[in-house]
Amino acid sequence: MCLVFLGTEKISGFHSVSYTIGNIKGGSNMKKEPLIQIQNLTKEFDGDIVLKGIDLTIHQNEFVTLLGPSGCGKTTLLRIIGGFDAPTSGQVEFNGKDLISIPSYHREINTVFQKYALFPHLNVFDNIAFGLRMKKTPEQEVAEKVNKMLKMVKLSDYAKRSIDSLSGGQQQRIAIARALVNQPKVLLLDEPLGALDLKLRQEMQYELKEIQRELGITFIFVTHDQEEALTMSDTIVVLNDGLIQQIGTPVDTYNEPRNRFVANFIGESNIIQGKMLKDRRVEFENHIFDCVDRGFDKDENVEIVIRPEDLKIVTKEAGAFTGIVDTVIFKGVHYEIIVMVEDREYVIHSTESVEVGAEIGMIVAPSDIHVMEIGV
Amino acid sequence: MILVPMFLIFLYSIIVPNNSGQLAFNFTLDNYREVFTPIFLNTLRSSFVIALFATVLCLVIGYPVAWIISQFPPAKQSMLLLMFIMPMWINMLLRTYAWINILSRNGVLNTILVFFNIAPLDLMYTNFAVILGMVYNFLPFMILPIYTAIIKVDKSLIDAAHDLGAGSRQVFTRVVLPLTLPGVITGVIMVFLPAVSTFVIPQLLGGGQYMMIGNLIERQFLLTGNWHMGSAISMILMLFIFLSIWLMKKFDSGGNSGGALPW
Repeated sequence: MCLVFLGTEKISGFHSVSYTIGNIKGGSNMKKEPLIQIQNLTKEFDGDIVLKGIDLTIHQNEFVTLLGPSGCGKTTLLRIIGGFDAPTSGQVEFNGKDLISIPSYHREINTVFQKYALFPHLNVFDNIAFGLRMKKTPEQEVAEKVNKMLKMVKLSDYAKRSIDSLSGGQQQRIAIARALVNQPKVLLLDEPLGALDLKLRQEMQYELKEIQRELGITFIFVTHDQEEALTMSDTIVVLNDGLIQQIGTPVDTYNEPRNRFVANFIGESNIIQGKMLKDRRVEFENHIFDCVDRGFDKDENVEIVIRPEDLKIVTKEAGAFTGIVDTVIFKGVHYEIIVMVEDREYVIHSTESVEVGAEIGMIVAPSDIHVMEIGV
Repeated sequence: MILVPMFLIFLYSIIVPNNSGQLAFNFTLDNYREVFTPIFLNTLRSSFVIALFATVLCLVIGYPVAWIISQFPPAKQSMLLLMFIMPMWINMLLRTYAWINILSRNGVLNTILVFFNIAPLDLMYTNFAVILGMVYNFLPFMILPIYTAIIKVDKSLIDAAHDLGAGSRQVFTRVVLPLTLPGVITGVIMVFLPAVSTFVIPQLLGGGQYMMIGNLIERQFLLTGNWHMGSAISMILMLFIFLSIWLMKKFDSGGNSGGALPW
């Protein structure tokens, strides 16, 4: 499965068909063979626990994004898969065989590093050829493969150029070519687009996605940029504080955040305290709403996520609950409207403006109400 | 201010005093002509050989030492560096005298050897003693630039080389060594230059024979009083040093390790 979105705005058009909480895996990935299996992985640096027990299965030909704020352990997890750090405890299996005992230079895994880590003493051609030459590939074959890669990343004329003379975007492509020329089973990418400007970053997102689809290899992509994750991934793994918060497709992760952290980290959210009366019936703001969630205890206290674009402004009389408009900010595609309900703040994204100070009503569709357990 | 003494030496090397008085000087190349005697050429050759030997030894010892220091946590690194630099705070003359105490016939080393019933060694006034003195005195000049070059190598480049299938030895020969070559070259120059022109070390540990060019120059100035001849030898030495550095630059022809040399 592969969904490419232009940005978060479009996502509101999709509605999740999955009603389960904490949706683990969906779509065509279910049919794929597991390639990397991580079990109860922990990592400690000088008494500082960076990974607190990671369980994760990565499938063949899957584009997996490890998403989280800095310090959440995503890079450490990637470095363990790449073989640059050893875990404190836990298992990593690759094709059913133990991976941790294999040194990084014997793994069928290659990495695109955060700041590219191109060799400054070698030219473009020799950088890409490095891995092949380490494997004692005949020079003629090296030239063939390197030139093919240069063509793929559209830098054929740059073979003899020095690394310093390339722009950030070009260095990025060389780093990708240098990794892919070795025909790895898995490509690890550590925030590879972080240093590029917005326009170039979006271009590279599409190119990377295309390369992944064409070559049919597994990509494990680390980023702290939620939009990047939503745009490129088959599966998003949200990490915080050394623990996996949620694993799911971009649509599921956005529409059915499992907890407050995921809801806040991926997109903007209104998070409201409420009470689950029974299956498909939730009460908040002194109103009983229909919803699609079930499986909670009777009268269980819950948190409700409503995305800003899912709150609709109606007249005071027609609203399920009402509030006073506090601020209206023009954001280009939409207006960002902040409404106060008593002392609680609601953010609404609407294409139509309203007057500041007006009392308005708000409604929300049952499928746009996302109920979460508290404190997961 | 830097150039005036240089110019004076050059001036001295191309003139001779005439017989009648000191004020009138005649231009001549005789000083240079007289320099090229067998004794001078032999001394020049042995100077280069001894200095080269000392430089290579410094490199062979200095690179691993710099590497080992760079592998320690940063706080310990500065302490270890200090250990190597500290002897430099003591005057070179005193440090060299200390070696006389260690190496001489009745010195520390031989006392220990005799204690273990091993025949005492005649170490003083040999090439070995001179080279030892040079390595001891100049080693920090090799370690410091190499250490600086090593810690500047981005750790992710080493990760990248491993990632692309390079074992530890290949990481060193293909990545670390080429990237630290500018430091090596700076170190080699900084050791070779003082080694080839020193006169204190061969004087004290080598017994003050005409074994190195520095002694020859010193004698011309201080003993014989022939400043013109001394200046001529200095100019020739300078030329040879210039040539050897230029050759080294040619050798490092990649051009990507620039910045190690002053031009």
